Amino acid sequence: MKQYDIAIIGAGPAGLAAAAAAYDAGAKNIIIIEREDAPGGILNQCIHAGFGLHTFNEELTGPEYAARFIARVKERGIDMLLSTMVLSIARDKTITAMNRTQGVFTIQPKAVVLCMGCRERSRGALNIPGFRPAGIYSAGTAQKLVNIMGYMPGREVVILGSGDIGLIMARRMTLEGAHVKLVAELMPYSGGLKRNIVQCLDDFDIPLMLSHTVVDIHGRERVEGVTIAEVGADLKPIAGTEEYYPCDTLLLSCGLIPENELSRGMGVGIHPVTGGPMVNESLETDIEGVFSAGNALHVHDLVDYVSEEAAAAGRNAAQFALAGNANEVCTQRICIELSGGIRYAVPSAIAPDRIQSSLTIRMRVGSVMKNKRLNVIINGEKIISRPRPVMAPGEMEQVVIMKDMLDKYAKVESILITTEDM
Amino acid sequence: MNKQYDVVIIGAGVTGCAAARYLSRYNVHAAVIERAEDVCAAGASKANSAIVHAGFDAKAGSLMAKLNVEGSRIMPKLAEELDFSYMNNGSLVVCMDEADYGKLERLYQNGLKNGVEGLEIVRGERLRELEPAVRSEAYAALWAPTGAIVCPFGLTVALAENAAANGVEFIFNTAVTALRHEGGAWSVQTDKGLIRADAVINAAGTYADVLHNMVSTKKIHITPRKGEYMLLDHAAGDFVKRTVFQLPTKLGKGVLVSPTVHGNIIVGPTAEDIFDRDGVNTTQAGLDAVRQRADLAVEGLPLKQVITSFAGLRAHEDGHEFIIGRAEGTENFFDCAGIESPGLSSAPAVGKMISDIVAEELKLDKNAAFIPTRKGITELKKLSMAEQNALIRQNSAYGRIVCRCESITEGEIVDAIRRPVGARSLDGVKRRVRAGMGRCQGGFCSTRVMEILARELKASLADITKSGGEAKLITGLAKQEAEKYETI
Repeated sequence: MKQYDIAIIGAGPAGLAAAAAAYDAGAKNIIIIEREDAPGGILNQCIHAGFGLHTFNEELTGPEYAARFIARVKERGIDMLLSTMVLSIARDKTITAMNRTQGVFTIQPKAVVLCMGCRERSRGALNIPGFRPAGIYSAGTAQKLVNIMGYMPGREVVILGSGDIGLIMARRMTLEGAHVKLVAELMPYSGGLKRNIVQCLDDFDIPLMLSHTVVDIHGRERVEGVTIAEVGADLKPIAGTEEYYPCDTLLLSCGLIPENELSRGMGVGIHPVTGGPMVNESLETDIEGVFSAGNALHVHDLVDYVSEEAAAAGRNAAQFALAGNANEVCTQRICIELSGGIRYAVPSAIAPDRIQSSLTIRMRVGSVMKNKRLNVIINGEKIISRPRPVMAPGEMEQVVIMKDMLDKYAKVESILITTEDM
Repeated sequence: MNKQYDVVIIGAGVTGCAAARYLSRYNVHAAVIERAEDVCAAGASKANSAIVHAGFDAKAGSLMAKLNVEGSRIMPKLAEELDFSYMNNGSLVVCMDEADYGKLERLYQNGLKNGVEGLEIVRGERLRELEPAVRSEAYAALWAPTGAIVCPFGLTVALAENAAANGVEFIFNTAVTALRHEGGAWSVQTDKGLIRADAVINAAGTYADVLHNMVSTKKIHITPRKGEYMLLDHAAGDFVKRTVFQLPTKLGKGVLVSPTVHGNIIVGPTAEDIFDRDGVNTTQAGLDAVRQRADLAVEGLPLKQVITSFAGLRAHEDGHEFIIGRAEGTENFFDCAGIESPGLSSAPAVGKMISDIVAEELKLDKNAAFIPTRKGITELKKLSMAEQNALIRQNSAYGRIVCRCESITEGEIVDAIRRPVGARSLDGVKRRVRAGMGRCQGGFCSTRVMEILARELKASLADITKSGGEAKLITGLAKQEAEKYETI
C-alpha cells in the first residue's frame, strides 16, 4: 500500500474540505476513505436549498454544495477510496479497512483526520414505551427513503423532536403528499434553526407542540397511532394531558450523536458534553497527529462552519505530517473556562503560543437566552463583548480571538467565555 | 393446502423448534406450523433474558428442575453441534441483606437437590473477585459456575435449520383455528386450510392453553406474564462478566444484569401479569421499574447507554410447572405447555423428552440418516485477516459492510436469507445476523437490508416488511402521492 501523509476518515463535507485544505498546505499524499459508494456524505440526501450562504454567498442544495468540494478534491488529484469501511485505527495510526476488491488491508499515514459525521438518536435510546411496529423511522432514514430511493415511508405522520432534519422532513413529506400532523418537542424551545421553523412548519401550517413528547406507540405490525402528552419542567409527562393521534408513521429527530467508535477504539479522549474528541487549538485530539472536524467533533447546524473547521484541521494535519509536529513551541496549555449558561466550547483547551493568526471557538448555550452579551475574558480582562439579542441551543455561537489579542499578555493565565445581561 | 403429516408441531419458538429437531432423529414426516412469518418471531423465544440457568431455582423434584439441569448440561455440546453462540460465564445470586441470608441458603440447598454442580456460597473477597461490579455492601451470593448465556435467536434458528435439514417442513403465516380428532387422526384447521396429522405437539407458548383446552378433558390456564428489558451498548459490554441476579421474589427471578453473548449488557425483566397474549409492548411503568431496580446488586450501571428496550411474555401456567406429554382425554395430542422461565435453558431437554414420548406412541424408527450438526452463518469479524481475505476473494459480498454498528457484511445477510428457513423480513435478518441490532438501531442499514431482501427474494421493495404480515416499511412511491393529492 502506498505511503500516505494524511488519511481522512469520511468523504462528507468535513472530510472533503479537510483534504483540499491539507493539499493546499503542502501535503500531497492524501487519502480519503469513505464507506458509501459516492462522496458527499449526508449532503447527498439533503436535496433542499439553504447550504453555502456563508461560504459561497448563494443558496445551494446539499448535493450542489458537496459537488463544489468534490470538484476541489478531484482537481487536486487526491486519492479517494470509496465503498470502503474503516474497521479500526490503532493508536499508532495504523488503519485497518475493508472493501470488496482489496479485502482487508492496512494503511499507516503520518496524520489522521477523523471526519466520520454523526448518527441520529434512536427510539431505543429515547426509551419511548409501546409496541415496536414498522413505521418508526429516524428523520434521516426517512429522508434517504424519500430523496434517494424514491419511496414514501408513510402517509399520516407525527414527528417527535424539532431538530433540523425533522423540520426539513416535515416539509419534504408534506410536499410529497403526506399529511404531517404535528411536530412534538420535549423541550420548551426548538432544537432546530429558526429559519427552518418558519420555512418548514409555519409556511405549511404544521403545529409545533413544545414541551410535549410521545408516551406510547400503538400498532402491532404497522404504527396505528401515538399518544402524546405534555411534559412539566422536569421533562416528565403530566398525567391527564395524554392525547391520542392516529398516524401510520413516527419520525424521530431527537438529537445527533457524533460517531466516534473508531476514535474510542484508538484511545482518543472523548468530551463528555459534545460526544466528540477533546481537541486543542489545532483541532488535534489527545493523540498527536490525530485531528478531528465536522459532526464527528461536535454537531453543527450549518455546513459552512463544518467546511471552515475541517479546512483548519486539514491544514494542521498537513503541517504535522510535513514537519513531524504541528508546532514545536508549546510552553503551556490552558483550559477554556465556561460560565453563564454555555454548555461546551470547541476547542476545550489551547496552547496560546501555537495559535497562528486567530482562533475560532465554537460553542452552544444550554437554554434560550435573550438580551445577553457574549464575553471573552483573558486574565480577568474583557477583550471581546458581543451583544447577542437571542441565543438558543439550536444555533451554534462562535467567537474569534485574534493572535494579537493574546500577544498583549506576557503569559495567558486564563480564558473565560461567559455571558452577561445586555 | 391439504397436507398430511405424521406429526404437526404448532409453534416455531424455541420449544417447537427443539421438538422438531429432536423429532427429526426419527423417521417421521413432520411439519411446524407458525402463525408468524418466521421462527422465533412472535413469542417468548424472541424476548427473554438469554440465560441458560444453572437450575438451582426450580423447585426440587419438579419436571422444571429436572429439565433445566438437563438442558443446561446439553447446551454446551449442542452449541458446538449446531454452531450457535453460547458462553459459560457463571451466575451469581446476590443477597444484599443479612436478614435474607436464609433464602440464599435455601436456594443453595434447593440447587444441591436439583443436582446443580459446583454451587458455592461466596462472600467478601471471593465474591468481589468473581464479579467486581457487585456492590461492596452485598452480604453474600450464590455462585453457580454452570450458569451460562446464549443467543436465543441463534439457538432457535439453529434448531429449526437442523430440523429442516433432517426433513421437517416449516409452514409460516398460518394460524391454527380449530382442532378435531376424526378418523383416527387430527384435523388441524388453519386460516390457510386443513392440515391432517397423526399426532400434534402443542408448543404454542401463551396460546398453549387455548389449543389444549380445545381437546383435553383436563383444562389448563396460562397467564401471559410480561417482562420488560433494557439492552445496553457494547461500550458498556464489560460492565459485568457474570450473570448477576438479585435474590428471587414471589414474582420471578428479579431484575438481573448480565452480559450477552454479543457483548451487550441486558437488564431486566419485570414481572407483570396481563391479559393480552401478544402484549409485547413496553410501558413507562415497566421501564421505570427496570431502571429503579437495575442497580440494587451492582454499582455504577451505565443506564445512559441503553440502545433499546423490549418486552417478552412468559407463558405462566397456574401450577408453575412444565406440562409435557399426552394431554388427558386425547389421542396423540401432546403438550409442551407452561414453558416459562427456565424454558430457554430447558428447551433442548424439553425437545428431547417430547420427541421421545411421541416416537414411542407412534412407534417411530430411528432416522439412520439424521444429521446432528449444522453450520452457522460465517461471521466475518470473527475470522483472522487471512481468512477474511480468502472469504472476500471467494465472495466479494463479504467485503461490503452493511451494518456498521455490528460490522455485518452483505455476505452474511445474503446467507441469512438464502439458507433453509431463511430470513424474510428486516427482523428476520436482524435475529440471524444482528444487522440493525446495534447502537443506531438500523438507522443506517435498514434501507440497505431492505434492498438486499427485495433483490434476494425477487420482491418489490414495497413488499418488504419489518416482521411479516402488514408490517410494511413503505407506503408507496414518492411523488406519486403528491400527484394523487393534487388531483383532489
